[in-house]
Amino acid sequence: MRALIRAPIVFFQLSYQSVYLALGQIWTNKTRSILTTIGIVIGVASVTAVIAALTGLKAKILTQVETFGTNTIFVFPRRPEKGPMRHASWWTIRFLPEHLDGLLEHCPSVERFSRIGSVGRHTVRYGEWSVENIDVTGIESSYHEIESRPVVLGRTFSVIDDMQVRPVCLIDPKLRDKLHLDRDCIGQSILIGHNRFRIVGVIERRPELRLGEGGEEYYEIFIPFRTLFKLGKPWIMAFAASKSAEVLEEAQGEIKFFLRRTRNIKPTEPDTFRVESLQSALETFNKIALIVTLVAGGIVGISLLVGGVGIMNIMLVSVSERTREIGLRKAVGAKKSAILTQFLIESVVLCFFGGLVGVGFGQLLTMGIANIPRVELDMAYIPLWAIGLSFGFAGSVGIFFGMFPAIKAARLDPIEALRHE
Amino acid sequence: MANKAEKRIIRLENVTRIYKVGIERIHALDGIDLELRENEYVAVMGASGSGKSTLMNVMGCLDRASSGYYELDGQDTTKMSDAALARVRNERIGFVFQSFELLGRLSTLKNVEMPLIYSRNGWWSRRKRAKNVLERVGLGDRIKHKPNQLSGGEKQRVAIARALVCNPSILLADEPTGNLDSKTSEGILELFDRLHQEGQTIIIVTHEIHVARHAKRIIHMRDGRIYSDLPREQDSVFKATIQNDLQEEQA
Repeated sequence: MRALIRAPIVFFQLSYQSVYLALGQIWTNKTRSILTTIGIVIGVASVTAVIAALTGLKAKILTQVETFGTNTIFVFPRRPEKGPMRHASWWTIRFLPEHLDGLLEHCPSVERFSRIGSVGRHTVRYGEWSVENIDVTGIESSYHEIESRPVVLGRTFSVIDDMQVRPVCLIDPKLRDKLHLDRDCIGQSILIGHNRFRIVGVIERRPELRLGEGGEEYYEIFIPFRTLFKLGKPWIMAFAASKSAEVLEEAQGEIKFFLRRTRNIKPTEPDTFRVESLQSALETFNKIALIVTLVAGGIVGISLLVGGVGIMNIMLVSVSERTREIGLRKAVGAKKSAILTQFLIESVVLCFFGGLVGVGFGQLLTMGIANIPRVELDMAYIPLWAIGLSFGFAGSVGIFFGMFPAIKAARLDPIEALRHE
Repeated sequence: MANKAEKRIIRLENVTRIYKVGIERIHALDGIDLELRENEYVAVMGASGSGKSTLMNVMGCLDRASSGYYELDGQDTTKMSDAALARVRNERIGFVFQSFELLGRLSTLKNVEMPLIYSRNGWWSRRKRAKNVLERVGLGDRIKHKPNQLSGGEKQRVAIARALVCNPSILLADEPTGNLDSKTSEGILELFDRLHQEGQTIIIVTHEIHVARHAKRIIHMRDGRIYSDLPREQDSVFKATIQNDLQEEQA
């Protein structure tokens, strides 16, 4: 029974002593320790930063999925990669409103859809206040049921707004404040270009995701789809929702088939449009994330290998520097296992020290990339499991590369060791 | 006390230690027979290469005999595993080296505590035991000092305290005054005398007569063999040197 209790106690006392000694050793050889662990530091810092960036990006994309729902489909013109249309101008491949006429009848898996048009760069005025360069978006009433953006004040668009081409609009709260409209601005009139519009509602802003679009302020203003044509020739795309998440792919297929027909694309030619879902965007993201993770993993593997060789080297130096100490410890009764443990713990402590510094640098890097403007990484953070993983790797490197020097130390003959100069 | 003094601590029977250098076989120990009883104070003398250091290594369980029988505290050590020998060194043997072998990073107290770290039952009380034994060697006020803040004599006292902290059956000292001036040496040797009076069994390996003079029994070695093993008063070489000293003094 006592022997059973002793084993862990002996291990604990050895560990405690060794950690204490190892920290002392690191402190006395500060420069050497820093140089030695630099490989580990770089490895851990880069892996934590990459994981943080990916985590942040994924979190950002997931917030988008929340507002759109998983069965939302995006339909927009896109030049094909092959075929005669690959150099076509954007204007030739644009959608016309009639391309989407009858979509619901021909696509049984599609629950609803909304044409969305935008006419760029209008100046919006209210009294003496004005905001320039606003993209005006035209939507059909079904839009409100596809993207969950609550109208916080007033009402949503109705089918009648669209049918009667009414001059009504929804604006976002930031634009309302910018134009110095009343907080309850329903019924007030604003000018878009030279056309007068009546505000019928205030629509909540989208969680911000402006990949690569820049950090400048943007404002949104919505008007009925048909009214949009008063302001100019719009660029058209569409949002659709499948009847359920299960039939999402069927719905996408149906829309593709339907559009090829309405857009008169010959069977041998590729699509001049894209039908995407957030699901497929998420899958694409996951693929990219996996590749990035693997590449980062490779880099980290190499730097940990280099770091490990550094650790092994320094531990061999440490063993030969302290040959007499090892001899003495053996003379006063240290067993092989005790010496082995001492040097292994020292190498693990050294690697953990590198891991700690590495996580610190990783945190700094993460804070750095989170603050780069125009890159959507502000949600980047290091998840706890990544820190655990880093320390796990650092510890394994310590054990793996510290093993050979530790065995060398444990095998020293005490008499020879005490005679060592 | 008399009864206790009877107790046999060390018994060597026909112990040899043979080194192979190339094809040559060197007999560092060539048939040693030796018995030591409790509370003996022995000096092992001999020129370098006489085998006295090898004898000390074998008696200290740092080295194994090539053949023969070695019994320490009634235990046969010849068939013990490395781990068992480490335990014997920890519990039964205290080493004192010529160059002290203190760890510079550690305080006096930590240096003395060190053997107890590897001990099975000394760990919990190691601080108290280390303090006690430091007081015994007269360094109770130096426990926080680092070795480089101590004089040579003090360093060797710390080393002796470290050797004693596990209550060893024998104290093995290899040229304990080799790195000290004669005045400091005398202090260390007086400490050995006191420890001997307190009941400690001591073996000193030395080639210096003034060191050996403190021992009660003198063993002379040459070519791996014991050629003289007598109480100090009867030791011929010793007597001769005393006479030489006297003659020199008279001259």
